Amino acid sequence: MSRLPRSLSILLSVAIILLGAYPLFGDVLFPNKHAFLMQKLTGIMIMAVMAMSLDLLVGVAGLVSMGHAAFFGLGGYMLAMLSPEYSAANLWVVLPAALVVVAIASAMVGYLSIRTSGIYFIMVTLAFGQMGFYFFNDSKLAGGSDGAYIMVKPAVEILGVSLLNLGDKRTLYYVGLGALVGVYLLLRVVLASPFGRVVSAIGVNENRVRGLGFDPVAYKLLAFTIGGTIAGLAGFLAAIQYGFVNPATLSWHHSGEALVMVILGGMGTLFGPAIGAFVFELAKMGFESVTEHWLLPMGAMIIGIVLLLPKGVGGLLLQLFSGRSKMEGGQ
Amino acid sequence: MDIWFFLIQVLNGLQYGLLLFLVASGLTLIFGIMGIINLAHGSFYMLGAYLTFWLLQSVDSLLLAIVLALPISAAVGYLIEALLVRVLYRRDHLDQVLLTYGLILIFNEAQRMLWGGDVHGIKVPAALDWSIPLTDTLSYPVYRMAISAVCAALAVGMYLVIQRTRFGMWIRAGASNRDMVAALGINVNLLFGAVFALGAVLAALSGAIAAPISSIGPGMGDTVLIICFVVVVIGGVGSIKGAFLGALLIGLADTFGKVLAPDFASFSVYAVMAAVLLVKPRGLFA
Repeated sequence: MSRLPRSLSILLSVAIILLGAYPLFGDVLFPNKHAFLMQKLTGIMIMAVMAMSLDLLVGVAGLVSMGHAAFFGLGGYMLAMLSPEYSAANLWVVLPAALVVVAIASAMVGYLSIRTSGIYFIMVTLAFGQMGFYFFNDSKLAGGSDGAYIMVKPAVEILGVSLLNLGDKRTLYYVGLGALVGVYLLLRVVLASPFGRVVSAIGVNENRVRGLGFDPVAYKLLAFTIGGTIAGLAGFLAAIQYGFVNPATLSWHHSGEALVMVILGGMGTLFGPAIGAFVFELAKMGFESVTEHWLLPMGAMIIGIVLLLPKGVGGLLLQLFSGRSKMEGGQ
Repeated sequence: MDIWFFLIQVLNGLQYGLLLFLVASGLTLIFGIMGIINLAHGSFYMLGAYLTFWLLQSVDSLLLAIVLALPISAAVGYLIEALLVRVLYRRDHLDQVLLTYGLILIFNEAQRMLWGGDVHGIKVPAALDWSIPLTDTLSYPVYRMAISAVCAALAVGMYLVIQRTRFGMWIRAGASNRDMVAALGINVNLLFGAVFALGAVLAALSGAIAAPISSIGPGMGDTVLIICFVVVVIGGVGSIKGAFLGALLIGLADTFGKVLAPDFASFSVYAVMAAVLLVKPRGLFA
């Protein structure tokens, strides 16, 4: 992935700074709805992490997964299952444990799905995602179809000193923001590495990559596992935020929503899907406030995007800013 | 396990499998011929069930309600193809997935607005509402046998239409080379619209005939859609023969899964899929 035009980088940085400052001035702007909006934004930032992880598969490696939410949900379920009922879990234990389990699960699903391609891959990932859904829905492992509660948020301590209180809404907001920025930078580093370049090349032309002597299967499998694990991290954070997990977090409707965020934002741009998460969730909020039948305008919006805006908001921004930087004589 | 009990489960499994074939054949036909992955296929199944339920409030006969529901479903299918799907032929699968996903949301919400969130049932028609006694305690309902018979007859009919008629020849030709068929003077848009409508009718018919032995409720289309994907994946995308065998396999796996391991019944179906993928990544008949 090439560097972003400088003006676009500046714009994105300003957006992040504004997000970072929001808890400080939100009270003044929205006196009645501040607490609600802060929670909403926390949730959106977590979904943005999920959307970026899916972009690694869909936009970069060309793997259109319709089962990505399974890993998101699994991350949350791991927290619920590893937390003691009435006391706090140790984050330094449960987070790595959850991520390892999600990584193993995504490697297994990846191993079976990556042998297929195109439309087949879509159907297979969708089916495996539903398998995860039914696993938690039908079994009595964690509350079945009712879901499970996480009564006490995990403790973040070093040598007995509490570093973060995850029960505090503002702290959690900054954890979400940290995850958003951290995962974005991590994925940019990954994509700039030799590994990332091969994965991007597979997305463009797999046969040529094979012709150059690389084994695309190994690269795709690793990308699939990384994407799945990051989605697991997002699900883990969401479970901390809501204190609750249910099978719907794994369902294919949730995978579909993530896919819409990626397309809405512009696939393959990484920052685009994060923007897509904001646009999608805010649109959903808007529709919900107007009508209880909000799925109707939502469905129409999705169809409209496919027909009219195939490159998404991110593609639009890139076009806009790369045009301008050329005129300025920049990169 | 008692032999009669075993036999009943086999019959149930085959009946479910044949019904799944009817739904899945439309899905695989639309993909094989038009190259379209249609997530809204399950919505047609739901449409068929709800239309039949709705029409039964004005007419007495289930048969008549189904007969009336089918042309409506065909019209809905044809309109969707003409207005939306037609744009997608030159787009990639991702756009197809998203657009038809948007359609599902609209279908589901429209269903809730028109018919509400309650679960409904339809009575088995009196003429078929009896059972064939097998032993003193076990018997097999005739309506289920009627479903199997209808599905099997349609499977044979579909095979004959595709392999032996001119329309079937156009379909097969359109699948292998769309532009060439158009150059030979066949109206490809009309042909594809007809195939899409045919797929919609097959799904709607399945939903309608299954309604008396299952329930009609929100989300019913989604469940069927996913199972049909599993069927198509096992059989090989685009292969009718594969869909047939895949559907029977899944019908039996699901039925016996429910009997032998009720806690993991929904799971057994996916286990079969994973096993097939391990051996044949492109399905049995790709």
